[in-house]
Amino acid sequence: MNLEEYKGVYVFAQQVDNKLNGIAIELVCEAKRLAAKLDTFVAAIVIGSGIKGLADELGAYGADKVIIIDDPELKEYRTEPYTHALASAINEYKPDILLVGATAIGRDLAPRVAARIHTGLTADCTQLEINDFPIVARPGVEQKHNQLLMTRPAFGGNTIATIACPDFRPQMATVRPGVMQRSEKTDNKAEVIEFNPGFTPDHNYVEILEIVKELNKVADIMDAKILVSGGRGVGSAENFKILEDLAEALGGQVSCSRAVVDSGWKPKDLQVGQTGKTVRPQVYFAIGISGAIQHLAGMEESDLIIAINKDETAPIFDVADYGIVGDLNKIVPKLTELIKANKKEA
Amino acid sequence: MDFTLDKKHSMARSLFREFAENEVKPLAQEVDETEQFPVETVKKMARYGFMGIPVPKEYGGQGCDILTYAMCVEELSKVCGTTGVIVSAHTSLCIDPILTFGTEEQKQKYVVPLAKGEKLGAFGLTEPGAGTDAQGQQTKAVFDEATNEWVINGSKCFITNGSYADVYIVIAVTGMIEKRGRMQKEISAFIVEKGTPGFTFGTKEKKMGIRGSATYELIFTDCRIPAENLLGQKGKGFNIAMHTLDGGRIGIAAQALGLAEGALERTVAYVKERKQFGREIAKFQNTQFQLADMATKAKAAQLLVYRAAMAKSTQDRYSVEAAMAKLYAAEAAMEITTKAVQLHGGYGYIREYEVERMMRDAKITEIYEGTSEVQRMVISADLLK
Amino acid sequence: MKIVVCIKQVPDTKGGVAFNPDGTLNRAAMETIMNPDDKAGLEAALRLKDEYGAEVSVITMGLPKAADVLREALAMGADKAYLETDRVLGGADTWATSQTVAAGLRKLDYDLIITGRQAIDGDTAQVGPQISERLNIPIISYAEDLKIEGDSVIVKRVYDDRYHIVKAKMPCLITALAELAEPRYMTPGGIFDACDAEITTWSRADLDTLDDSNVGLKGSPTKIARASDKVRKGAGTVEKNLDADEAAAYICNKLLEKHII
Repeated sequence: MNLEEYKGVYVFAQQVDNKLNGIAIELVCEAKRLAAKLDTFVAAIVIGSGIKGLADELGAYGADKVIIIDDPELKEYRTEPYTHALASAINEYKPDILLVGATAIGRDLAPRVAARIHTGLTADCTQLEINDFPIVARPGVEQKHNQLLMTRPAFGGNTIATIACPDFRPQMATVRPGVMQRSEKTDNKAEVIEFNPGFTPDHNYVEILEIVKELNKVADIMDAKILVSGGRGVGSAENFKILEDLAEALGGQVSCSRAVVDSGWKPKDLQVGQTGKTVRPQVYFAIGISGAIQHLAGMEESDLIIAINKDETAPIFDVADYGIVGDLNKIVPKLTELIKANKKEA
Repeated sequence: MDFTLDKKHSMARSLFREFAENEVKPLAQEVDETEQFPVETVKKMARYGFMGIPVPKEYGGQGCDILTYAMCVEELSKVCGTTGVIVSAHTSLCIDPILTFGTEEQKQKYVVPLAKGEKLGAFGLTEPGAGTDAQGQQTKAVFDEATNEWVINGSKCFITNGSYADVYIVIAVTGMIEKRGRMQKEISAFIVEKGTPGFTFGTKEKKMGIRGSATYELIFTDCRIPAENLLGQKGKGFNIAMHTLDGGRIGIAAQALGLAEGALERTVAYVKERKQFGREIAKFQNTQFQLADMATKAKAAQLLVYRAAMAKSTQDRYSVEAAMAKLYAAEAAMEITTKAVQLHGGYGYIREYEVERMMRDAKITEIYEGTSEVQRMVISADLLK
Repeated sequence: MKIVVCIKQVPDTKGGVAFNPDGTLNRAAMETIMNPDDKAGLEAALRLKDEYGAEVSVITMGLPKAADVLREALAMGADKAYLETDRVLGGADTWATSQTVAAGLRKLDYDLIITGRQAIDGDTAQVGPQISERLNIPIISYAEDLKIEGDSVIVKRVYDDRYHIVKAKMPCLITALAELAEPRYMTPGGIFDACDAEITTWSRADLDTLDDSNVGLKGSPTKIARASDKVRKGAGTVEKNLDADEAAAYICNKLLEKHII
């Protein structure tokens, strides 16, 4: 493999129902930053049927080239035709770097592609940088420059590993949605290239019998990424409404302390703590919860803890990353409004 | 001599522990509060073969040994004393005598569905006027040659799994015989099925502990059972009962052991969290010394229980091993759970904290299937024979 | 029908993780379990066995002690177990792992291969799809439901906002979500039998279709540049004198900083 032949930072610009997924934009913006360091171009690969119209948006976010693979076989995502499309494009255009969203599509497509073209693949990256590998020069080991270093959490977030792919191209990564920063749109126009490697259905093509779109399902609080948890300080069952509104704005769920269950405001399956459930969300809001040790035992492993309580001596502040001493009835509705406003902007 | 568990037993232990944590522990408090027999749990245990662990595969069992069975009762009892005794009474007191003394037909008819957990078993020895003292028995069985049936009259009390069990081992007087110049009651054992006309249930007892376990009075009024339901030889009922209780004591010792270990585990977790005078109570030497004594006694109990279980698998006689295991484990359970409550302070007296329940559950292990006093009699009789 | 389930022994991350001085994982220092997604896949296979009388085999690659998860699978009801173990197989990334597992699978008959979607140690979700590519068979990932119809499987394939009902001809590979099937427990008798059962063990030399360039650390295209324990949180900050507007803005900014909104 002649690594020198491989150039450019490519992204798989995922679309569903002929609409670009948010991750496609995030990846183009990240690719732009990486390409600047490497002094190279950004190309987006769009795969689907009737998708030529998507090139402009990718251009506006910074793609220099957009490769369109448009074929009726590609209307709905299926592993094999998409693998064939992306692997063929790689063989044709020889990217130095290829980024794919770590979505339910990307995490299926990228590994099959990497296996087909023989390169490494790093999953679920949260940070990408251009650096030397090995990072620190070691005698007897060639230190390669301008390598893509891909950082990812592993072991359920307990560890962080940084991975390189020094001897194969493209350097492939799937990237977690929502992590990479979007930049502003410009009036940049991408060069549009149409490419079709030809699609002949074979035994690897699966048949889609039915497609069912789902609204957000109600999930177990143990699976929630964001929990808005209320305690005795919320005051009443009715007043949980303000917590439910906040949870909805954040795409999270409501949970509660034991006192709330004992008062009959919420059912037992929403209880966090020693006699309830142990949770470990990305964000845990403790609102009107004093933080008895039995409660802390069920939530202190949360990635980010935000506490609102009127009592500044409440033990919850000992474990909170950010604590606010104040009136939850005033703060929570305002926070909900602010979050909604921010989401609209985005 | 090797005190480490082999692969089979260590895997079995982790199975029982996982099952107990996931399936039994979440219900333990409710089972205690509502005094509801945990029917669904028993069905689940049946599905996974827990109701026939030491029974050979040809009789529908798991083909494991007594140690595996004892570990099952131990792990269940760590989280729920009620569930532990259901398995113990079923296995030791009902399946074991049929497997040991029954005919091939009886084994096929009764042991197979019992071991698969399709049916539940119980054992009726105790009467209002007679506990482990078999000569005090009043329940009578008379043979009716005309119909080739036994006719049972009388009652049994404090029967674990009562009314929920399908198959009952019933001990009854079948006549008088001369023994060493004295007339004595001739005792025999029978298998009685639930639903037999004349067999009904009296009051359900309200108990201090193991409150989800169903404890009923059995009432026999001209209850007719076929001749072939005599278990073992006529007149051998006392031996069958004593043999059965020897095995049962291993199950109860395992239950007591589980309660002791469960209370110790909860207490170790609690003292690391609970603060008094600005530091965790685990930092106080009193706590440390209490825990050391508790752990030592629990371990000693475990060694005695496991030894008794191994003895039942490998020896003809194991009365003394079983009696020592039950005596020590029961008293250790009472002492350890009481200390656990004390170390929990006020919370230990509150029902939401499991040690309160464990202390109540532990008390019965010093009483049923032979009180601690009876165990001392068995042990000393062997020493002084 | 012959089903092969690929399972992995993984550290139980609930108890935290340990490292060797060189930054690699100290697996020996951690409790191990059968990877949860794999266990759901095994359960799905055992249900097919209960329903249709399939033969269920399990295969794993790992240290000799990975035999423990094979025994667990046997004790749950699997029929045969295969262990790929050899020093030279160590340090494999997903590329080399999928090559190695596929080389074992080629020695077996299969109509259906089931893997977990992802393992809780690596979280990559890559090995299943890559095995299917090596074996040139169709794949359906993220399976939440599964049934057999003639010579095909019909799978509920889950996406972020929808699901597809997908049909594939066997032989094919399915990656199982934990939701696919709630695993059963072992039975005590199953454990006793599993401990007496023979586990077929393959070393590097037994894997005749495996090319040397695809084996172990050397055959792995990805290399670790650095690895570390997650940085511990410092003490938090408590704001005591913000009015409601300021407090809401403060929290909102923190959420923005952390890319939560």
